[in-house]
Amino acid sequence: MIRAPLVKALGALGSPTHQMASRAVRTSAMVAQTPAKAPEKIEVFVDDIPVQVAPGTTVLQAAAQIGVEIPRFCYHERLAVAGNCRMCLVEVEKSPKPVAACAMPVMKGWRIKTNSDLTRKAREGVMEFLLMNHPLDCPICDQGGECDLQDQAMAFGSDRSRFTDINYTGKRAVEDKDIGPLVKTIMTRCIHCTRCVRFASEIAGVDDLGTTGRGNDMQIGTYVEKLFLTELSGNVIDLCPVGALTNKPYSFVARPWEIRKVSSIDVLDAVGSNIVVSTRTNEVLRILPRENEDVNEEWLADKSRFACDGLKRQRLVAPMVRMPNGELQAVEWEGALIAVAKAVKAAGGQIAGISGQLADLEAQVALKDLLNRLGSEVVATEQGFIAGGTDNRANYLLNSTIAGLEEADAVLLVGTNPRYEAPLVNTRLRKAYVHNELQIASIGPKIDLSYDHENLGADAALVKDVCSGAHAFSKVLEGAKKPAIIIGADLLERADGAAIHATVAEYCKKLKKPNWNPFNVLQTNAAQVGALDVGYKAGAQTAVKAQPKVLFLLNADAAKVTREQLPKDCFVVYIGSHGDNGASIADAVLPGAAYTEKQAIYVNTEGRPQQTLPGVSPPGMAREDWKILRALSEVVGKPLPYDNLDELRNRVEDVAPHLTRLGHLEPAGDAGAAGAISKSIGGGPIDLKLKELRDYFMTDAISRASPTMAKCISAVNKQQRENEAKQSVAI
Amino acid sequence: MLLLSRSIRAIHLAAVFRSGAQMDATKMRKTLKFEFSKDNQRRVKALLAWYPKAEWKGALLPLLDIAQRQQGWLSISAVQAVAETIKIDPMEAFEAAQFYTMFFMKPRGKYVVSVCTSTPCKLRGGDEIFEACKKALNLEHGQTTPDMQFTLKEDYCMGACVNAPVLAVNDDMYEDLDEKSLASILADLRNDKLPPAGPRNGRCASEPKGGLTTLKSEPPPPGYMMQKLPDPKTKKCQ
Repeated sequence: MIRAPLVKALGALGSPTHQMASRAVRTSAMVAQTPAKAPEKIEVFVDDIPVQVAPGTTVLQAAAQIGVEIPRFCYHERLAVAGNCRMCLVEVEKSPKPVAACAMPVMKGWRIKTNSDLTRKAREGVMEFLLMNHPLDCPICDQGGECDLQDQAMAFGSDRSRFTDINYTGKRAVEDKDIGPLVKTIMTRCIHCTRCVRFASEIAGVDDLGTTGRGNDMQIGTYVEKLFLTELSGNVIDLCPVGALTNKPYSFVARPWEIRKVSSIDVLDAVGSNIVVSTRTNEVLRILPRENEDVNEEWLADKSRFACDGLKRQRLVAPMVRMPNGELQAVEWEGALIAVAKAVKAAGGQIAGISGQLADLEAQVALKDLLNRLGSEVVATEQGFIAGGTDNRANYLLNSTIAGLEEADAVLLVGTNPRYEAPLVNTRLRKAYVHNELQIASIGPKIDLSYDHENLGADAALVKDVCSGAHAFSKVLEGAKKPAIIIGADLLERADGAAIHATVAEYCKKLKKPNWNPFNVLQTNAAQVGALDVGYKAGAQTAVKAQPKVLFLLNADAAKVTREQLPKDCFVVYIGSHGDNGASIADAVLPGAAYTEKQAIYVNTEGRPQQTLPGVSPPGMAREDWKILRALSEVVGKPLPYDNLDELRNRVEDVAPHLTRLGHLEPAGDAGAAGAISKSIGGGPIDLKLKELRDYFMTDAISRASPTMAKCISAVNKQQRENEAKQSVAI
Repeated sequence: MLLLSRSIRAIHLAAVFRSGAQMDATKMRKTLKFEFSKDNQRRVKALLAWYPKAEWKGALLPLLDIAQRQQGWLSISAVQAVAETIKIDPMEAFEAAQFYTMFFMKPRGKYVVSVCTSTPCKLRGGDEIFEACKKALNLEHGQTTPDMQFTLKEDYCMGACVNAPVLAVNDDMYEDLDEKSLASILADLRNDKLPPAGPRNGRCASEPKGGLTTLKSEPPPPGYMMQKLPDPKTKKCQ
């Protein structure tokens, strides 16, 4: 497990490490009573254009500053420099041979020529060598059309080949590896850039991949046949500059020029990763990450990337009403809405609504408006939270922000496993661990977070110990420049959740620094923050306690409510996209749209509203959720005052103005519940829902319907069985 | 220890004969367990004492060497044992073991005969020596005799160019070879006897063969041809 790798030595400028180092220099200089100066810039010339760069900048970065892009395969901004593809060779005046731009720091006055004869010749030569051992199978390669090697061969390669050795030794060929159900390997295409190896060991934190052999026999592979199973494995597909690692479920499906791309937001965890949805003929084909420095950098977790085939299965395509014989019968919209309206009218205000994991903000607002008009105030989120804690926004947000956690230097995880609850938050923590000497401790069961951390124990009473300042880790938190405490959202559903929350919130007031809020709740549901922001109560039991005559389930599929808890004559209406737990107990099912089929706002765990855009239209008779509620309100006779999305967004702005400023983060104040909480922490072990990789893949209606996710789980199980078998055969 | 390594080798042999000489290292893992012997555990401990705990990774190559000397070659389980000892990921240790040609990832012969055919040796007949070895041992480059006595390798410069042509048997170098001396070396090895290392043309080391051609006079005394400097005792240097 590496800590402070090559990047540090090579001094990638602008990296947090570098800033840290310069800050350290600054503080020591302050002691000497001299104002610290920023390091002096040096001047170099790229294609005769002068450019001022900080010392330690590489040739490639200096060229990038004035918009000159040097071709590369192995270099990647977010990975350590390897310098082994040689594609970035450029001529530097007075240098006897071309230099590798990605690894060479500039010197004062260097004249870099990125388009000279020598540079072009060097690139052409490198390209010829690369192509010598690369198969000419572009027509059957999935990377075709979005392949770096293809593009750069066109731009910088020779127009003819000197490779004639087809009869003697032929082209190099390498056996394919089976590294799991998500990543397909065609190892003959590999050009040994080692981006995947570096990603695995630096970002994902699993040293599974490596290079074996040397020279012509070099191969990328795993140590003894093993699956490359992490929650981030899909990113090596994006990183691979050739077609060696491709998307297995997407293989032989489409060419990049046939697909339509829609920028959207992922909702399968509460990170709110920015994505690009690739669609063709009204079908979601694949999902790729979209760069957003504040949220997901350029990575995407496997569930978000590969669960998209769940959007085509188990879908509700027609409204359904439960017949007297107990079976759900498909009906027309009219019939379904009239049936629901009849029940609503008969209920006389005894109505409740529960918003689930995937509900969008517009539908939540519409549902709340509708219920309020019908005389009910009982709207709740499916996932619980502390009672009375939803008034203050800071109580349920990740206040340090996702990008901010990168700068943290002491973190306490209470009842959360960020690796599987929010993989891209975990990559930030890992980044801080590697570059920022972050010290991490956890309270909860022992888990593998992909970096070293101290497990303080599973007892909830430890929270009290730490927060009273008596525990050894309290000293670490109190001594830290940017400490953070992250509480898992599931933990707060416990009976003593409120006490834990209050204790931590109180302690965080002590740990607070200017411009730094150490109190964090890591949400697991994309819909949770939005719902609490627009005034939903927390916890499905709130709705159950009201013993409603009509219960609306808005995408509520976590099976927190059962038929037994409800009155016998309760009419359950399910609005959502998948036939899952919610639809199975419903008396009327109104088919809604999934997140790729609607324009809707979701608020991520740090409180950042972002919107999805429709890539495809909802299947069959399914409609956008808010439109269903709007239509229903008409039938009930209490029409909602908005007829299109703009008007609905205006209504959202009235309710919560910060939620319509898309992409913008509204900082919240100190956490802390309004009333004094007298309850004490009960103690007893803290448990986690997502402890291992196998728990990660299926957490919501979409991923439960996804065959790819099912394959992942069986692959993890298979690998574990094999490992156990191997251990038992110890000789 | 010798007995132990013999018995381990017997296991390899059995496995090798069962599936032909091509034995996949992955399969080997299932049939082999590696543990450092008592002596080697002591060596490993002494070696690790050189490194601060955070830098134990630096002991990777010496440890792999110790493991190879114990086992005769490096099985996957040996690599894993080394990785576990210095607490790195097995893949990292495996990468290093795969990379260096002096680590054998397959069972090798008792005597590894590596013949240098780099330029200086080639000029002095290295190719002929290699051909003669191939013929005498009936092996190609990288192959091992079925009785696990010999492995033949065509190797790169061993740093003894002044005594070209050279070959190495395990850790010993045999220099200034011709076909006759090669034959006697191989004959000795066949009889399981390691002949004394060194040049085979009467030289002691790398001195000129026909006696000195230069530097024949007495070496001049200290201070010869040096600038006359004032005595530091009487005058201070500026």
